[in-house]
Amino acid sequence: MEYFLEQLINGITLGSIYGLIAIGYTMVYGIIGMINFAHGDIFMVGAFISLIAILAIGLTASASFALLLLALLLVLAIAMILASAYNWTVERVAYRPLRGSFRLAPLISAIGMSIVLQEFVRIAQGGRPKPMPALISGGVDLVHTTTAQGEFVVRLSTMQIIIIVTTLALMALFTALITRTSLGRAQRSCEQDMKMASLLGIDVNKTISITFIMGASLAAVAGLMFFLRYGVIDFYIGFLAGVKAFTAAVLGGIGSIPGAMLGGLVMGLIEVFWSAYFSVEYKDVASFAMLAVVLIFLPQGLLGKPEVEKV
Amino acid sequence: MTASSSAHSGTDFNRILIDVALTALIAFAILGPIVGLKTEAPQGGLVLQQRWGWVASFVAIIAAGRLALHLLVWNRPSWVTPQHVKRWGWSAMAVGVAAFVIGLITTDSPLGFLAQIHAQLPAWFVAFGVFAFLAGAWLAYSAASETVEGKAAQSGFVQAVEPYGKYFGVALLVIGVLLPFIPGVDRRIVDLGILMLTYVMLGWGLNIVVGLAGLLDLGYVAFYAVGAYSYALLATIYFPLWFGDGITPWSFWLVLPLAGLLAGLWGIILGFPVLRLRGDYLAIVTLAFGEIIRVILINWYDFTNGPNGISDIPRPSFFGIPFTNDENGFAATFGLSYSPIQRIIFLYYVILVLALITNFVTMRLRRLPIGRAWEALREDEIACRSLGINTTNTKLTAFAIGAMFGGFAGSFFATRQGFVSPESFVFMESAIILAIVVLGGLGSQIGVVIAAIVVIGAFELFRELAFLKAIMPDGFDPAQYRMLAVGIAMVLIMRWRPRGLVTKRDPSIFLKEKKAVSADLVAQGHG
Repeated sequence: MEYFLEQLINGITLGSIYGLIAIGYTMVYGIIGMINFAHGDIFMVGAFISLIAILAIGLTASASFALLLLALLLVLAIAMILASAYNWTVERVAYRPLRGSFRLAPLISAIGMSIVLQEFVRIAQGGRPKPMPALISGGVDLVHTTTAQGEFVVRLSTMQIIIIVTTLALMALFTALITRTSLGRAQRSCEQDMKMASLLGIDVNKTISITFIMGASLAAVAGLMFFLRYGVIDFYIGFLAGVKAFTAAVLGGIGSIPGAMLGGLVMGLIEVFWSAYFSVEYKDVASFAMLAVVLIFLPQGLLGKPEVEKV
Repeated sequence: MTASSSAHSGTDFNRILIDVALTALIAFAILGPIVGLKTEAPQGGLVLQQRWGWVASFVAIIAAGRLALHLLVWNRPSWVTPQHVKRWGWSAMAVGVAAFVIGLITTDSPLGFLAQIHAQLPAWFVAFGVFAFLAGAWLAYSAASETVEGKAAQSGFVQAVEPYGKYFGVALLVIGVLLPFIPGVDRRIVDLGILMLTYVMLGWGLNIVVGLAGLLDLGYVAFYAVGAYSYALLATIYFPLWFGDGITPWSFWLVLPLAGLLAGLWGIILGFPVLRLRGDYLAIVTLAFGEIIRVILINWYDFTNGPNGISDIPRPSFFGIPFTNDENGFAATFGLSYSPIQRIIFLYYVILVLALITNFVTMRLRRLPIGRAWEALREDEIACRSLGINTTNTKLTAFAIGAMFGGFAGSFFATRQGFVSPESFVFMESAIILAIVVLGGLGSQIGVVIAAIVVIGAFELFRELAFLKAIMPDGFDPAQYRMLAVGIAMVLIMRWRPRGLVTKRDPSIFLKEKKAVSADLVAQGHG
């Protein structure tokens, strides 16, 4: 029982990270109908920028907790801004010129941008994994049992609490942004009918750019969280995380932000429980198989609307 | 962004400056942290190494380039006409050629007056020459496209070359057949030829799935892997187990059809779950399936030997006669003196024949009902279904036949290398093969050949760029930048030629006369 609880907490934490990336995928797919292949690599870039910022500030675990939190907020802001610059450039260079053209062209372009980002970080920073000792330690013991083999403690670490709280806060913020502001209205109208939206005076280019920026900010947050939680990053984490996060977005219903978060949680739980109870090596196979299962039996996702195909 | 010929050139210039400043700012945001602050671990802990010089040079180059683009292409001052730009483009090209030649002839020769000034100067001349030539060519081309005479000249050129287009394929075939015997061609070039032909065959196989049937497949490398591993396992373990060791010289020819069959089977297995998927969803699921194969190959240690791979794979024999240096070897049997290149030339012809078989089968299938069903599926799946075509069978056949050819190519790869490991079957391979197919033009056979030659040739060319090595600081290895160049090339080529290099397609069936249609009329397929 305790083991289950511990894996549950791990799964929710991992799922929050996937959910944050998935929101970026789902927003971009909703508005321009295209998978941003490079989004997973934006997550990776966000993680790297966080690492560099932490090193540049000179943050170590010995600082006081309040100082750590403040500094991490600063690092978060830097990562969000810089990752947004990346995604904005990707959109301007690779997607906007190909809007409205032949469908395979943006896909190839997106794959090309993903390769460029990976190689850029690999060449500039080196291909080796970058480890860092944990900054935030400590936590809360939830369950403390003593069995014949020894003690078993289910611990909710501070980092996990931070991740879950940040994710919930960001999700609430972005949902409010989408549903209550004029920017959100503009986005929703572009999703429904871009031509009509532009006829009604909405600046479609700007709305799309802002969508990309928002997605990138969330991916940067996910990158920082990932780095703080797991302590080691390399240039290849974007690819796998990207595919899994896209699976999460599809699972939750593409175009729906709560769906993306829900899908992320489900993906995180599946991955953690599969590695805990079955086998660690095949956890990726489980995630990918989940993708296939979802798309065959539930193509509109959990929270999406079934798409009626017009002939 | 149009060329504005406004009378308020003062405000225009302000706008240009603001735009360039913003570009520089964004370039700094992107390049600053990742390039400028490199994380290094000299003694285990991470420290930052500052490289602001690089950042400054890159940002300066980007800002200068943007300014030049503004002034020469987008917002030209009113006194600059397209003729001016064209002339500057041509002169830049001339200067580039001159610098290139000067740099080359002074590098290691008695005329090394440049090298006496500074050891690196000839290399700088060569690099500058290449850059000036490319920039000038682009300027001249874009300026020429703007004027009516320029466009007429371009289309005139295209029309003059077109009737010889069909001889181009024949010419390539002749060169391909004769390649090992052209004087001056050494083992490296034949090896390069084998590599190119392998990718041509993979491209033709993927062309069936993506180009003819319109199914976006990002996991083609899985079939390649299945073919390679089936050959490796059957030839090293199972065939000697079942038939004794005498089977080894024949193993390639016996296992080849089996490998194709197994790959085709996997193609059908892959095809079933994705029958209802379209477009990007199909792409992602096929990508996921490709990754599943790779993960299984790495982790199923008992069966596939995991990350260590399978080595000592038997090489092909000349129909039973091995390529060894003894009396029953190939050289002794045919009265030639032994040379290792004989086996390489044989491998070259094997892959050439395999590729030509792929092409032949594809061309014939295009005329059969199944091929026409594929192309109908690509154009409009719903119309297909309403005409009574069984789309399930059509899609599965496309996957199976495309996979089969991928399996053949995989077997060849295993026997040529003598060693397979899961590292060779990553997603990047699928991306490169897809890039070759799209770059060549969907559905165009000759386009795939041209694209494979260009892509693989450029890839290998990166190893040869000695002049870049000379001008950059120590430790610069151009081969490291190959994938980056591939990625950049993919993005740029999609902007320039989204439909691929070959822009004409021959229809499969026609009413009265066979007229080639433009590639824009060919649908891209939604899966």
